[in-house]
Order: sequence, then C-alpha cells, then structure tokens
Amino acid sequence: MNAANPSIQLIRAQWLNLLRTPAYTLPTLLFPVMFYVFFGLLMLRGQSLWLLCTFATFGVMGAALFSFGVSIATERAQGWLLLLRASPAPVSAVIAGKAFGALLFAIVIVVMMAALAAAFGEVRLETSQWLGLAGILTLGALPFCLMGLALGLWLSPNAAPAVLNIVYLPLGFLSGLWIPSTVFPGWLQSVAEWLPPYHLAALALDITGAKPADWGHSLAVLGVFGLVFAVMTALGWRRLAGVS
Amino acid sequence: MDKPVVAECSALHHDYGSTPALAGIDLTLHGGRVTALLGPNGAGKTTLIHLLLGILSVQRGKISLFGDLEPGRTEAQRRIGVMLQASGVQDNLTVSELLALFASFYPEPDSQIGLLDELDLVDLADRRFDRLSGGQKQRALFALAVVGRPDWLILDEPTTGLDPAARRILWRAIEARRRAGVSILLCTHFMDEAQKLADHVVVLDRGRVLDQGSPDAIRRRVPSDRILARTALPKEKLRTLPAVQAVHAGEDRVEILSRRGIDTVRALLAADDTVDDLEVAGADLETAFLALTDSAQPEQEAA
Repeated sequence: MNAANPSIQLIRAQWLNLLRTPAYTLPTLLFPVMFYVFFGLLMLRGQSLWLLCTFATFGVMGAALFSFGVSIATERAQGWLLLLRASPAPVSAVIAGKAFGALLFAIVIVVMMAALAAAFGEVRLETSQWLGLAGILTLGALPFCLMGLALGLWLSPNAAPAVLNIVYLPLGFLSGLWIPSTVFPGWLQSVAEWLPPYHLAALALDITGAKPADWGHSLAVLGVFGLVFAVMTALGWRRLAGVS
Repeated sequence: MDKPVVAECSALHHDYGSTPALAGIDLTLHGGRVTALLGPNGAGKTTLIHLLLGILSVQRGKISLFGDLEPGRTEAQRRIGVMLQASGVQDNLTVSELLALFASFYPEPDSQIGLLDELDLVDLADRRFDRLSGGQKQRALFALAVVGRPDWLILDEPTTGLDPAARRILWRAIEARRRAGVSILLCTHFMDEAQKLADHVVVLDRGRVLDQGSPDAIRRRVPSDRILARTALPKEKLRTLPAVQAVHAGEDRVEILSRRGIDTVRALLAADDTVDDLEVAGADLETAFLALTDSAQPEQEAA
C-alpha cells in the first residue's frame, strides 16, 4: 500500500515551484512592501497606520491574484493541468496548494509591513490587534484567490499577466489603497464603496482602530464577490471539459 | 476466448462548436494487447483519447471502462497510465520529484529506482525536467505513465521527436508492459511503430472508424501494389492510369498505389519514356493506411 499522501505531495510540488521561481516570488512579496516604505514611512509619516492597512490589503490581493491567475493559465497552456486531470491526482489539492501558497505570501507580506510599521512608523497596536490584522487580511485573500483562479481558467498564459495587472493596479487605486478614498471626488468615493478591496481594507482599518467599519456590509460585499468568481471558476472548469 | 474489454464506445459523437470531431464511434477495445489507433491529423484520435480519459465530457453516446466505470472516475483513473501528446509537467521539478509525486496518486506504485534504471534515467534523476533533452523528457513522461502499474496504458504519440536509440528504449519498455499483460492503446503516426508493436489496428478518419483488425489483416484488405518512380507526368495524369488507387508526391519520387501494379507500370512506361528509379513492392501497413484513408475521402465528401 502506498504511504505517500497525494495531497501533501501536490502541495509540496506547488511550494517547490514557488521557491524555484524567485523572479515571481520576490517581486510579489517586495513590491507592496516597497510601496509602503515609500508612501507610508518616507512620504506620509503621519499616515503610517492607515497606509499599513491599505498597502497590506494591496499586497495580499496581488499575491492571491497572481499566484492563481498566472500559474493556472500557464499550467493549462503547458499541459500540466491536462495531465493531472487525466491522472487520479486530487485536483482539489492543486487548488489547495496554491491557496496555501497565496495565504503564506499574505502572512509574510503583512508581517514584513507590520515589522517596518512598528520599527520605523511608530505604529503601536495591542497584540490582539496585530493578530486580528494578520488574520483578517489572510482570510480576506480568499475571494481574490477565487478571482485569480477564475481568470486563470479563462485567460491565455500570454494574456493573464497583462489582464491581471490591468485589474490589480486600478482596483487597488480606485479602492483607496494608495491614497485614502476620502480625498477622492464624491462620485469616485461612491465607486470605491462598491469595490471589494475597499471593504477588506475597511475591516483592517476597523481592527486597528483607525476607522470603524460596518462589518456586515463589508463581509457581504466580499462574500458576493467571492461567489461571483466561484461561479466563473465552475464555468471555466466545465469549459475545459468541453461541456457546452 | 475473448480477452476482457477495457473500453466500449457506442454511438460516440463529439463536436467542437459546429465542427464535428467524432461522428458516431462504435468501438470495443480488448485488453491484454497493443491496439494502435491510426488516422490522419484531424481524424479524431486525440478527442477519442480525451473522452476515454474523462478530460472531455461525453456529449452524445456512451463509454464504459473496465465493464461499468465511467471515464474520469477515480476508480478508472487509478487503473490507467497516460502519456499525452499535449501534456507537460511542472518543469522546475526534478525527474525523481515528479516520479514520487505521480507514484503517490496510485495505491501500489512500481519501484521508482527500477523505472529510472529501465528507462535509462538514473543519471538524470536529480535533474530538473526543463533541463532535459526532448528524448529524455519523453522517457520521463513514460515513467510517469507507468509508475502506477496501470492495467491500461494510453500513449498518444509517445515517440514523436525521438532519435532511433531513444525510440528503441521506449519500444522495449512498451513491449515489456505488453508481455506483462498490460493493455495498451497506442496512438501513432509512425506505421513502422504500429507494425512492430500492435496486435490490433483501428483506423480512424473524420471521426469514424474506417477499419480495424490485425496489422496483417489490414494490409491484406487493401490489395495494393506500391509503385515508386521518378516521372515527368503530373499527378492528375498519373491518377488516370489503369488500376491506380492513389498518388502521393514524395521528395524526389511519386508513390502510386495500384490494384494491379503490373498494368499500371506498363501504362506508366508507355506514357512516359523518362521514367527512372522504378520500384514495385507489395503493400505495407502505411500503404494500406493511405489507401484506406484516401478512398474514404471522396465518399465522405459526397455524403
């Protein structure tokens, strides 16, 4: 009887892939942290706490979108996904491996930013607040994982990075993750309030005491957003199987 | 006694949008032998394989595997090893990491060390897949296909792009599986490969089964002679010679398939006194395949 667990082996393979692709791993981890250093610690020192919450949201969103979107599109094109679907591999473990990878990235990004914020931005929080911030941002990455997965199933590997950047950067900006949405014109503030990253950042801001949030409303927006992309994922999967 | 059935397809149709890929396949694949699936590009071979594996969903018709299993069910997949034409792997993993990964998918996998040895991969075990040559990659993919000790091995063009030495290694490995009682479905464009390895041949064209039988039976079904010659006559004129079934332009000679080679040769020599490098032979599997698929073409176009 085979003692090796296929799910663990598949998750291990995903992680080896991340470790052996520094050209992807390092920018994904360092890009949002670098933004936070420039904006939150060097330029707008009084806003260090606020920008910690918003740039950490920006970082976990990027890790989730890219670790799913680009890798699924690439694995589809190179035939890896095809071979796994033809084998008795538990494909759910492929998805779980990527989700663990994205969540690990989320934690690393939040911890790096939090350490910088505490050391150089004079941000002081209770232990429960630090843990709550890490927890909400890590779990909050899940709807964006679904968005990345859905786009990865529908986009070609050449289109995926470009489309994801077109989605990621404007979505971050319009959600007030770079500049607080309170400085936007009124109509643009209304747009921001419909966007999921705005609501994830709102929950992070609430936990750190920077600004109170309507948890029910924000969770509902994130839930509906995740559900839409779960349906798109299911449709994308059926499309792979040639079901019209 | 009939060998057990590994797959049974009935009235199998598959369309890509408005383009039909399979147009009513009725096919029973028996176990314990090598079945070669032959057909020109676009015949529907890969579609049929993807349906058997459950990668594509059945649109119309039915497939049963190993008696009563549906394609794509884990119980069926655990009994099938597969090497796909369009498949790749996570190519920054090493050969031994990939082998360990695939071994974990099956209840009683084969010895990984034994496979590496058999396929001449021992020195490459710690090399990343993306740093292997084409032939080494094919051998590694074959190792992934057989590591689960499958009852049924599906190989889609396993030797495409291989040099003769690498082909021989894979042929030996395929023959070893056949001797061990593994059923094999071999999809190939190389007729010498089908002739050498197959016990049974299925010829597919335009989504239909044109013919099937042993390689010798298929050859005999087409009472053709194969005439090779250098000639100044155009293909259109050659087609009008007596008993000609098909004409194919080669690099420097034309190939003429004829029902009565002697009549065609006489007419050819009478029509063109520059004929040179003339050779006449009996039909081989390739000749029979070309004759079968050529003769099916006008009928189906008219249909």
